[in-house]
Amino acid sequence: MTTLTPILSKNWDRPDSFTLEGYQATGGYGALRTALGMEPDAIVDLVKKSGLRGRGGAGFPTGMKWGFLPADNPNPRYLVVNADESEPGTCKDIPLMLANPHVLVEGVAIAAYAIRSSQAFIYVRGEVVHVIRRLRRAVAEAYEAGLLGKDVLGSGFDLDVVVHAGAGAYICGEETALLDSLEGYRGQPRLKPPFPAVAGLYASPTVVNNVESIASVPSIVANGTEWFTSMGTEKSAGFGFFSLSGHVANPGQYEAPLGITLRELLDMAGGVRPGHQLKFWTPGGSSTPIFTDEHLDTPLDFESVGAAGSMLGTRALQIFDETTCVVRAVGRWIAFYAHESCGKCTPCREGNFWMVQVLDRLERGQGTEADLDKLLDICDNLLGRSFCALGDGATSPVMSSIKYFRQEYIDHVERGGCPFDHTKATLWGDQPTSTGGHQ
Amino acid sequence: MSEHENTETTEAAEPREAFPAEVTARLEQDAKEIISRYPRQRSALLPLLHLVQAEEGHVSKAGMRFCADQLDITLAEVNAVATFYTMYRRRPGGDYQVGVCTNTLCAVMGGDEIFQTLKDHLGVDNSETTGDGKVTLEHVECNAACDFAPVVMVNWEFFDNQTPETAKKLVDDLRLGNDVAPTRGPEGLCTWKQASRVLAGFDDGRAGEGVQAAAPSLAGLRLARERGWSAPDPNDLPARPSDQGEEDAK
Repeated sequence: MTTLTPILSKNWDRPDSFTLEGYQATGGYGALRTALGMEPDAIVDLVKKSGLRGRGGAGFPTGMKWGFLPADNPNPRYLVVNADESEPGTCKDIPLMLANPHVLVEGVAIAAYAIRSSQAFIYVRGEVVHVIRRLRRAVAEAYEAGLLGKDVLGSGFDLDVVVHAGAGAYICGEETALLDSLEGYRGQPRLKPPFPAVAGLYASPTVVNNVESIASVPSIVANGTEWFTSMGTEKSAGFGFFSLSGHVANPGQYEAPLGITLRELLDMAGGVRPGHQLKFWTPGGSSTPIFTDEHLDTPLDFESVGAAGSMLGTRALQIFDETTCVVRAVGRWIAFYAHESCGKCTPCREGNFWMVQVLDRLERGQGTEADLDKLLDICDNLLGRSFCALGDGATSPVMSSIKYFRQEYIDHVERGGCPFDHTKATLWGDQPTSTGGHQ
Repeated sequence: MSEHENTETTEAAEPREAFPAEVTARLEQDAKEIISRYPRQRSALLPLLHLVQAEEGHVSKAGMRFCADQLDITLAEVNAVATFYTMYRRRPGGDYQVGVCTNTLCAVMGGDEIFQTLKDHLGVDNSETTGDGKVTLEHVECNAACDFAPVVMVNWEFFDNQTPETAKKLVDDLRLGNDVAPTRGPEGLCTWKQASRVLAGFDDGRAGEGVQAAAPSLAGLRLARERGWSAPDPNDLPARPSDQGEEDAK
């Protein structure tokens, strides 16, 4: 049986967990001291050896990304933390930065030292004002304590950290769009190569890492690679947040080794809400193909989820029970992608717009069976045909829902309307006489 | 978009082309501080747009002109950026922006009902402001609080686990000027302009207020404490379970 492994969340039940004092009381910044006594390259090697893979969705090995910075480029190097968490269903970095911003700041200091950068940015989405307050205060406290700024802890290493608030654009979670945004432009993805390691921020060598990836680094430095690889699987080492939401008795953050299953997590979270059954779920946000109850025992690691036809993504487990209309769910996701498409690439901009029209009429019962082929045809012309993965992500819920729930689409066509009562799916749907509902 | 047009009367008919001299002088000090944080000044554009939004409540032509002058770029370049990002209001709005998440998970959990209830209750449609200038209603996309669904954001502070009834009370309190505190945020709500100033990078001294985490954020940790689960002890690592065996099982 897999058990939970609170590491990044281990101090969250302290009311002062977000303060320097609270963080240091549970061992915080010990790893930074250790790291500053090491050669920078030795830290890169350590992180490579740990097998840590990016926690922002793509799963690229973090240490390898650090190792890609060209040694002979004379320009300044930059570390940019992607804290633009906005993938539908994903809700791990925001509570992490609210409760424990210092673990991120410590990770930033170690990572910047390792890649020989003296300027780091934390690009945080703008729509979370209190998280931004907490991050800024953590950075200010760290400066005051000599943990950032000139000559960090007397090591001779200098590091400036800027917390930069975005302004509302899902696309800025894509690393090259984020860099354009940080440079003060519209956030539109760049053609790769060159990758940010070669020409990133201000065309200088740049590492872009997710919040949770960077926050995991202090624990690896403190406890070693054997400790890290004692959790998870061979190719998906370590731990991560599994964020359960939706029709589950106790939604929330569950920090566990990679490879845990949804069945195990649901057991821990009290199961699907009482009296209901699992219908479908996302393993890692809306851009990952949906799963059904067939996949309860699929180990949630990169390889196993991929082999089962989806992606581990951000481990955003959105749980939907039998009261949920899959056509409505998918239609709403595609409305999101259409809204958030930056418009640069025609397949994504037009494909999502038209999929919204088709899904709308299907949901209203005004579609035809041929609309399903139309949707799949649009997906075929969207997948892999744009600069970034936003358009690819949009095809995931469409194709996977038609694969598993084709009949439900056809039911809408045949009945001339949606067969579901949406009020039954709400938080208060099982308590018709209590606080919810219309007046 | 709708027949409710009670928003448009709050601003003078002719938009100003530039801020009055005293506003420009005051904001120039702030702008200098913002620009100094970055290796290249153009990076300051997003925070500068938050700054001018903090001044007027929206990004006006005068605000964009100010940004262009500070960064020595054209008005068109600023306009291109200001219109790309959804957090910049392009016309005046209320003191409180009430955003109801209607992305799939929140919508299914009741966000759609909450949004409809508020539209009916306030007599406004999406992106419109109540006649008293207090509340601008919007539907918003996923705000990374899915384990607290359905979520309502007010001036980008979290109001978790809402119902149509709690949301109605929330907007009533906002309009009456009653004290309102986010679920996870400061002890009282700031206005839209004050929140924009925080986004521009100016501390309001409230980081220490409010909870560090609420129940769903602690769900896993509490269960682990109850059951005595923890991360492995680095000084006493368990013998590695045979990876070979796991591989074979697949």
